[in-house]
Amino acid sequence: MPWRRSLAYALRRLAQAVPTVLVIVALNFLLLQLAPGDAADVLAGEAGSATPEFMAQLRKTFGLDQPLGVQLLLYIKNIVTLDLGYSFRHGMPVAQLIGSRLGPTLLLMVTVLLVAVGVGTLLGAYAARNLNRWQDNLISMLAVLAYATPVFWAGLMLIVVFSIKLGWFPTSGMQQVAAFHEGAAKVRDIAHHLVLPAVTLTMFYLALYMRLMRASVLEQFSMDYVVTARAKGLTESQIARRHVLRNAVLPVLTMAGVQVGGLLGGAVVVETVFAWPGLGLLAYESLFARDLNLLLGIFFVCTCLVVVVNLVVDVAYSLLDPRIELR
Amino acid sequence: MKDGFLRFRRHRPAVGGLALLLVVLLAAGLAGLIYPGDPFSIVGKPFQPPFGDHLLGTDTLGRDLAAGLLHGARTTLLVGVVATVIASVVGVTVGGLAGYFGGWLDSLLMRFTELFQTIPFFLFAILLVAVLGSSIGSVVFAIAVVSWPPMARLVRGEFMAMRNREFVQACVSLGMGHTRIILLHILPNTLSSIIVTGSLMVATAILIESGLSFLGLSDANTMSWGFIIGSGRTVLRTAWWICAVPGLAILLTVMAINLVGDGLNDALNPRLRSL
Repeated sequence: MPWRRSLAYALRRLAQAVPTVLVIVALNFLLLQLAPGDAADVLAGEAGSATPEFMAQLRKTFGLDQPLGVQLLLYIKNIVTLDLGYSFRHGMPVAQLIGSRLGPTLLLMVTVLLVAVGVGTLLGAYAARNLNRWQDNLISMLAVLAYATPVFWAGLMLIVVFSIKLGWFPTSGMQQVAAFHEGAAKVRDIAHHLVLPAVTLTMFYLALYMRLMRASVLEQFSMDYVVTARAKGLTESQIARRHVLRNAVLPVLTMAGVQVGGLLGGAVVVETVFAWPGLGLLAYESLFARDLNLLLGIFFVCTCLVVVVNLVVDVAYSLLDPRIELR
Repeated sequence: MKDGFLRFRRHRPAVGGLALLLVVLLAAGLAGLIYPGDPFSIVGKPFQPPFGDHLLGTDTLGRDLAAGLLHGARTTLLVGVVATVIASVVGVTVGGLAGYFGGWLDSLLMRFTELFQTIPFFLFAILLVAVLGSSIGSVVFAIAVVSWPPMARLVRGEFMAMRNREFVQACVSLGMGHTRIILLHILPNTLSSIIVTGSLMVATAILIESGLSFLGLSDANTMSWGFIIGSGRTVLRTAWWICAVPGLAILLTVMAINLVGDGLNDALNPRLRSL
């Protein structure tokens, strides 16, 4: 029963993820302690905008008169019940605020991941098949460039060229606010706004997956099964298509799962450049507003997101590749 | 050593990278000579385009961009190197202890490392600087905190491989203590990998630093490339070169360091094929 085995595996991985999340909460608590002022000041967001009664209530809820250990337990209790506090700047609970910004970030990340993994593996395989010819050199050179480009700078330069000079794409936002598009027009509008942010964030990861795929294909081609396939008379392109590529793509997928955390960090910068209304832009806004509690909430949710994605990748992997030991 | 030098020289992109890196180092070293005085001082009208009165033009407040670029090179390189050194010391210590002693210490330290790898590192760096205040010290600290895990994993692997080699067993049978074996016998043998990884870490550190300063999380009293970009972002439409020039400098420096790192990898670990 492979399904049952995978389910048991998924549950076991879930149990392993719980301590990770708890440590993150403790880390958040530590940062809260390090910040200037007491926790209530920080939790209330911008200083001065909360009423004294509310501050007193906050101090009571978080037990700031209690010993540190009790404070930590109270903090964990609040987070576990998804009470992330209240943002005065935005006038709504942090959890709700984050929920409303999650969609755009997920849209951006999924697009970037799909394009980067898809195009990256294709280019990497192509470069490996043309080893040391001009195609390989050109692709590798572009990868070196993309690897060294600061994300925000790439975004700004794309804006200069494609928005300001050529006028092909909008400079910022996710849709035309005044247009009130519906249905297909709305989808097209969002896609139009998505192009530049997605391209900006994709470049680095595309280069990464391309390099990985190239190395992986080269490694697979030196395996014994390739010799066997040649011996039985398959053409090189048959070997590549049927045998090598399928095996070579596995490490790239693993890496893609590991990179989700980094991708979220890149999203902060890209969303700030393009005013893309996701979690990253929210993080930037909270930074500006000195709303540390909101920033901590975003950090917590993003970390949970990474934990979940890693879990999903591992389980999907165990279904895709039967050789993986389910320990 | 001589072989390594020859192998490095054969790696043509690496030689190019090294030349580029030397230019950047020279620029940073001679900043005080070429542009004496404060790079924050106002020299003329703001928003002057490049190749006018001033080589690279002026920024939003009329500060000389070329002066900022040269003085900023110092900060950027210094932040990258110092953060990498701190992260390397932490990473080598954690990875070395885990790989040498193994057992429960290994699983504990590796769980800790994995935890740090799970955290979205850039967000964590933002959070650290936001809490500690944007001084150059906290920026270096934040970058170091988020960049040690890869080093720890690498060193752990190397130490585990060395742990049971004959020369280590010989040391044990001679009655040497753990500290001596680790510091004098295993560590020197892992140095080439550490140097290669470290050089690539400097590049990443510079990218993180520029990202942080772009978000406004840099020391406002220290000129750096990220600072210039952050201050020029709002005027992108009218004065795009304020952002373009320091960004290009970051790109070239990071690329040079990456190329040198690749070359070092080929030169120092000829048997290891990197990605």
